[in-house]
Amino acid sequence: MGENLPRVPGGARLRCDTLGRPVQTLRVKMVLLGGSGVGKSTLAQRFVKDEFRMTTPTVGCAYLTRVVHLSNVSLRFEIWDTAGQEKYHSVTPLYYRGAHAALLVYDISKRETFIRAQVWLKELEKHYIEGSTVVWLVGNKGDLEEDRQVSVQEGQGLANDRGLFFIETSALSGDQVSNLLIDVAHRVYECTGAQQGGLSEWQEAPLGDLHHRDTSSLMTSCCKVGP
Amino acid sequence: MDAEAPRAAVSWENGTLAPVDHLRSDRADSPTPGLVEGTEPGAGQKSAMFVRAQSFEDLTAESEELIQREAQLDKPIESAEELEVLVGEKSIEEQHNNDVASENRTKEEDVSSEAWRSHRKHVFVLSEAGKPIYSRYGTEEALSSTMGVMMALVSFVEAEKNIIRSIHADGCKVVFLAKSPLVLVGVSRTCQSDKELLRELQYIYYQIVSLLTLTQLNHIFQHKQNYDLRRLLAGSEYLTDNLLHRLDRDPGLLLSAVTCLPLPSSTRDVVSSSLQAAKAKNLVFSILLAGDRLVTLVRKKDQFLHHIDLNLVFNLVGSSSSFREGEGWTPICLPKFNTAGFFHAHISYLEPASDLCLILVSTDREDFFNMSDCKQRFLERLNKRSAYQSLKEALKCPSYSVEQVGIPELRHFLYKSKSSGLYTSPAYPVVYQTDEEQERLMGLYQDLHSRLHHPTRPLRSLYRCTESENLMAWVTSGFELYLCFSPLGTKALAVSAVTKLLKWIRKEEDRLFILSPLTY
Repeated sequence: MGENLPRVPGGARLRCDTLGRPVQTLRVKMVLLGGSGVGKSTLAQRFVKDEFRMTTPTVGCAYLTRVVHLSNVSLRFEIWDTAGQEKYHSVTPLYYRGAHAALLVYDISKRETFIRAQVWLKELEKHYIEGSTVVWLVGNKGDLEEDRQVSVQEGQGLANDRGLFFIETSALSGDQVSNLLIDVAHRVYECTGAQQGGLSEWQEAPLGDLHHRDTSSLMTSCCKVGP
Repeated sequence: MDAEAPRAAVSWENGTLAPVDHLRSDRADSPTPGLVEGTEPGAGQKSAMFVRAQSFEDLTAESEELIQREAQLDKPIESAEELEVLVGEKSIEEQHNNDVASENRTKEEDVSSEAWRSHRKHVFVLSEAGKPIYSRYGTEEALSSTMGVMMALVSFVEAEKNIIRSIHADGCKVVFLAKSPLVLVGVSRTCQSDKELLRELQYIYYQIVSLLTLTQLNHIFQHKQNYDLRRLLAGSEYLTDNLLHRLDRDPGLLLSAVTCLPLPSSTRDVVSSSLQAAKAKNLVFSILLAGDRLVTLVRKKDQFLHHIDLNLVFNLVGSSSSFREGEGWTPICLPKFNTAGFFHAHISYLEPASDLCLILVSTDREDFFNMSDCKQRFLERLNKRSAYQSLKEALKCPSYSVEQVGIPELRHFLYKSKSSGLYTSPAYPVVYQTDEEQERLMGLYQDLHSRLHHPTRPLRSLYRCTESENLMAWVTSGFELYLCFSPLGTKALAVSAVTKLLKWIRKEEDRLFILSPLTY
């Protein structure tokens, strides 16, 4: 690759831990789900670039990456930012299948998006394997406090009932967004990364199609994790 | 609902659309207007990239079938007076309805107001049950009874075994296009012909099909006749809005063609061959855009892209900011290719701030990482052969000034090579800097275009003097040419300009056009 070649954001550099040993980079598949207009894309933008920009509705799905460094490991988040529009629902399973983390996003100022998130949860529960996906309920647009239609208690209550993690964020102000990502990173690493074969290692030039990747990250494979 | 393996060219709707290979031994330096198709400046050397771009006729062919069908029917069309009565009643309905209009859309507009009425061009889309699907101005809710009346008109005439095509009344044209399961209605105060308005409605129809496929549309309405299609189109209205905006401004949509980024042919060849090398099993089309200009297009052998499909892709990419963030992956139906299935398009900018957007169209919905990999290979190859830098260099001047042509009094022109389906035109000169002026000029071109392509009295050439410019249009079997001169120009000057301009385009053709399109 030459100097002026555009690079994928979040490309990992070789990092060493305090003892000078190279740190592994593991791949984490994360999917953002929720109704349209709840701020999935703006959250994804915050994750990747830490900036806020209004966007047009997502067409299909957007794929972004971001590397998060934990003390003894780097996680390369491969973020699937799905479109909330109903017409794309038929293709969405493609993205949450085999995901290590799923963020169910709703807009705290619109009750119907909270209901929508529960529909997504049901959908997700049909497909996910216990212990392989950490699910977060994310109440976004926390900056719209005066228009709030879904209380914190309600969000927290639903999360407790269904065994989800819960947080309220604001992609506009950036409030809690990086905390969320760090939390997700820790949880994913605790839940799946530490297990033998839970997460696959990231190599400079990953090949293979969607399907292939999914199976490799679920059943693994030659890329071992851990000692 | 995925696309089957792409169908062969022969099975397309109109069997004659597959391009013919032309032998171009005689590429004259001083081309004359009498040139046959395939030897005009800008004609591709080996074969065309697109489905044969005779396409204005192609596009309206279906509506002409309707006319023929109608002619065979025994009853004449309803008299305009009778229909006007019905149209008049519409306004009462509207006022009635306005009281209960919901107010949750930004395009909220008082549909009984004079301002709403005086929009130059309205477009309505409704289902055959009369349910609103799209309105350009005002909310669909507020217009539901208006659309009900529209549907009543359509079915009223249909019940008599007839077809309503248009109503001309009070400086206003109402054009109907029934494309089951949808009905499209255009209401225009412009001087465009019915045929031109129909062409625009067809575009809107294809826009909707490209989001859902015709198969899905039919399926939905077969199961539930009064389904509210807005549910499925929610969040995509901006694509239709934008397409309508383009129809008023973009010469490509008028000419049924696309334009290219001017680029030294050596650079374009490297870009094309790099793209050609980055192939994959299910990859059908690789398209590189610079803004709304084509840099290159590589296609699978025997598969051709229709200019309508390409213009829909332009519209999708140009309207959405979401592809700037990361890599996009979306199902897309290319309706002129196959209305039944989805392709899957990998859409991404080469750099976040760049205008260069790469679109890789695959038949496999699980092909994301393969396409992503194709993009990487393309970039690596481009860089290795240092074409990326010269491409970026060329982006700095994406157009040329009309002065370069060296024809006095010439302000602007559109030149379309029919066999390649590509057109070229210079940047707008100072007199047409504002949006209003550009749209006015486009209006003049549209007028010339509809006169040349008049359904019953087509013209081959036309010279027209207006207060602010003199215009000339010329169509041959090889090209279409529209020239705009200052009011000081003369007819003699215009006629002599044609030869001079053709000569100039011939000299510049390898920079302005894609002469050697590639396949995988």
